[in-house]
Amino acid sequence: MSETSLSVEMLKPVEDRGGAAQPLLEVKGLTKHFPVRGELFSARKTVRAVDDVSFAVLKGETVGIVGESGCGKSTTARLLMHLMPRDSGAIVYDGMQVGQALSLRDLRRGMQMVFQDSYASLNPRLTVEESIAFGPKVHGMADSAARALARELLGKVGLRPETFANRYPHEISGGQRQRVNVARALALSPRLVILDEAVSALDKSVEAQVLNLLVDLKREFGLTYLFISHDLNVVRYISDRVLVMYLGEVVELGPVDEVWDRPAHPYTRALLAAMPSSDPDRRTQTPPISGDPPNPIDPPAGCRFHTRCPFAEPLCAKATPKLFPLNSMGHQAACYMAIPGSGHSRAPAKGNHAA
Amino acid sequence: MLVYVARRIVYVIPIVVSVALVCFMLVHITPGDPLVAVLPADASQELAAQLRAAYGFDRPLPVQFGLWLWRAVNGDLGHSIATGRPVLTEVMRAVGNTVTLAIAAAMIGFTLGLVFGLIAGYFRDGWIDKLATSFAIAGVSVPHYWLGMVLVIIFSVELNWLPAVGAGPGGSGAWGWDWEHFRYLILPAITTSVIPMGIVTRTVRALTGDILSQDFVEALRAKGLRETGVFRHVVKNAAPTALAVMGLQLGYMLGGSILIETVFSWPGSGLLLNSAIFQRDLPLLQGTILVLALFFVILNLLVDIAQAAIDPRIKRG
Amino acid sequence: MSDAALQAAPQTKARGYWATVGRRILHDKVSMACALILIAIFLSALIAPWLGLADPYQGSMIRRLRHIGTPGFPLGTDELGRDMLARLVYGGRLSLIVGISPVILAFCIGSSLGLVAGYVGGKVNTAIMRTVDVFYAFPSVLLAIAISGALGAGIVNSIVSLTIVFVPQITRVAESVTTGVRNRDFVEAARASGAGPFTIMRVHILGNVLGPIFVYATGLISVSMILAAGLSFLGLGTKPPEPEWGLMLNTLRTAIYINPSVAALPGAMIFAVSICFNLLSDGLRSAMDIRN
Repeated sequence: MSETSLSVEMLKPVEDRGGAAQPLLEVKGLTKHFPVRGELFSARKTVRAVDDVSFAVLKGETVGIVGESGCGKSTTARLLMHLMPRDSGAIVYDGMQVGQALSLRDLRRGMQMVFQDSYASLNPRLTVEESIAFGPKVHGMADSAARALARELLGKVGLRPETFANRYPHEISGGQRQRVNVARALALSPRLVILDEAVSALDKSVEAQVLNLLVDLKREFGLTYLFISHDLNVVRYISDRVLVMYLGEVVELGPVDEVWDRPAHPYTRALLAAMPSSDPDRRTQTPPISGDPPNPIDPPAGCRFHTRCPFAEPLCAKATPKLFPLNSMGHQAACYMAIPGSGHSRAPAKGNHAA
Repeated sequence: MLVYVARRIVYVIPIVVSVALVCFMLVHITPGDPLVAVLPADASQELAAQLRAAYGFDRPLPVQFGLWLWRAVNGDLGHSIATGRPVLTEVMRAVGNTVTLAIAAAMIGFTLGLVFGLIAGYFRDGWIDKLATSFAIAGVSVPHYWLGMVLVIIFSVELNWLPAVGAGPGGSGAWGWDWEHFRYLILPAITTSVIPMGIVTRTVRALTGDILSQDFVEALRAKGLRETGVFRHVVKNAAPTALAVMGLQLGYMLGGSILIETVFSWPGSGLLLNSAIFQRDLPLLQGTILVLALFFVILNLLVDIAQAAIDPRIKRG
Repeated sequence: MSDAALQAAPQTKARGYWATVGRRILHDKVSMACALILIAIFLSALIAPWLGLADPYQGSMIRRLRHIGTPGFPLGTDELGRDMLARLVYGGRLSLIVGISPVILAFCIGSSLGLVAGYVGGKVNTAIMRTVDVFYAFPSVLLAIAISGALGAGIVNSIVSLTIVFVPQITRVAESVTTGVRNRDFVEAARASGAGPFTIMRVHILGNVLGPIFVYATGLISVSMILAAGLSFLGLGTKPPEPEWGLMLNTLRTAIYINPSVAALPGAMIFAVSICFNLLSDGLRSAMDIRN
């Protein structure tokens, strides 16, 4: 966090080591498979929840992650937070490898998360103030200082401390709980905040308020956001860049306007086409996507989308396409149609980029 | 389904072995010489040593366990020190009487429990619910051996309608399937049925209330289904859990009958256990505990399988 | 509650969870009645020597089995001529101790085991729960009697035996509740803030877990009292001439032909205490139910 206007003592944020050019977070080849207990005499199956996911988050930006249920977004968030062990891959925070140059305890101060279920995220037996003060106290802050910080943060998220500090989670509304969760995340002075479907469960008007709060806080505290959601409009509103995930893999990434206006991957195109429009001249006649969502247990070989892709060709079933840069703006897609000379009938000739 | 059954059976085997181990250990942590019941007080060292070897008490414990287990699997549970008869025969005969008692009690207790529970669940918070619930709470709170005594006081001592002890005329230990013998079954069966009745009532009441408050019942009624039809659905949904509870209670009645059998001198496995303890008849004690525990384990297994057979949520995995 | 409305509301003192539970229980007439009865029985057992009762050990064969209401012996006398009222009140001491201590001990042991099994999970959980399963394979009465029979008669042995019977049950409940709480988001959030396992257990898990386990344990007290008295009834518990309700039932059994009402008195005490604990436990459970 940068210089803030807080009048109370705060935890010292993790120092900025790498400077502006260093990505705050780099993820390389993140993989997590879950074994599934099969029938007594059949082979062990696995859920390939997250498979070889790589991306970077620059300081001060908001990266959105979109995808449908089961695509691995939440698992990715939990892997980044080290709430579950990963099978392979590296997580680098501000140039420091987690576990080596950076201890797990310090990572906790550098990176925090806001969960989707606002009620389940708060201990029903603790007051709002106690819940927020817990984190700083774990890292050595004195009880009175932590409570003062909690009350100050409550004010920052739009809840009057006099009214809310001694309330219990069941005595406040969903939107207010989510604000408390944001305050709790900020109490540790993180520089990166992961928002895992943080506004998805809220009523629309409340959702808008909380989103605006997040934008304000980002500016005030100099935060970097990783915003996970299935709501494409919200992602467009808040993100600078976006990742599209399907069945555990990243299929497209790039600046949000670029990806929204010129989606390259057929899945992204289908997602965007599926958004209902209130314009009566643009009615959806045919479903943009066919087939059933495949089982995350033992996904299709090759490109995981090929079973539902209108442009699938035999080579798509053979090997998984890797993310390929489409232009100089950082827009990449994992589709043979974008890779020159891949052998797909729609791919550009070698030496050219896709249009 | 078959896989489920196979998996459950495989899982039960280590439990059975552990149960056998516990039975064996229980008896061997008893302080005192196991032979004290058999040896005359002035027995010589040699006689003691001979008897010890004959019963196998001089071998190391793991060996004793292995031998005992091996023989048990082949149906030989040793011989009672007190009567000299084979343990297995004694136990099976006694268990037969306990099963008679348990089934009679189950018929009374489960029927009443189901009826009370269903009524209470349907008329939740009404006066009849409060009545049924009071019965149920009284049922589970009553010390059943005391209730047995009270019933004997009322029906035997004061009114002289029913006999106080025994399973047959004259208080004998032999059971027969005629009205004379049934008179001896009435009081013990009623006494035994009270606690299961209470538990089944509470369970069925909670289940019925839960099911009736679910949305699908409203949907059924909105479609015009008559109450008898809705009732069928309630029964189908409540059946798996209710059956499981009843099976468990039957198991408790079989394994925990000692107190009531003592009050009524009913010649079942409980009374046998009682005499085995006080006569320090170790082979009989070991054998009885083992058989009773195994009955309980097998009964639980059957209940699990039955539940899986009728509950589609378990059947389909 | 809209944000604006709440911001404008005057500040109200937030009610803690246990304060709400306490308030609900105090308004529950049935639970309060049971609580009062139990307190009366407890107190009388506690201050028995100062209540001006007859000597519970003093008996005379001339006055055996007197009826209730005999002058000087308000509840009659037992088979050895001892005053029943005194025997019942003094008997409460042992009956309550032998009945309640196993539950308290099992609560401490079982909660610890269940908490560890639930929080740590994995192999530790499997080891603990499979061991518990073996004891679950025995019906409780059988296990209690078998252990008592093995250890021999006596108060301490009874308590040990019943504790062993109840630990598996409480462990199961504790493990189940702990596993449920452990997987909730707020525990993940606590882990995400860098807290160690002991801190998390103390601050976040314990408070949410002890409640349900406690309610379950209070429900066990009536079973424990009945079993403890049952052990004495069989001669496996308290030894004569100590007054204890179960033992008294045993020795008075043959007296049912002569003086049935006196013979039934000790059992009535067990029944009364048992039903009060059950009703109280039910009342506690509904007071703790958030849905109300």
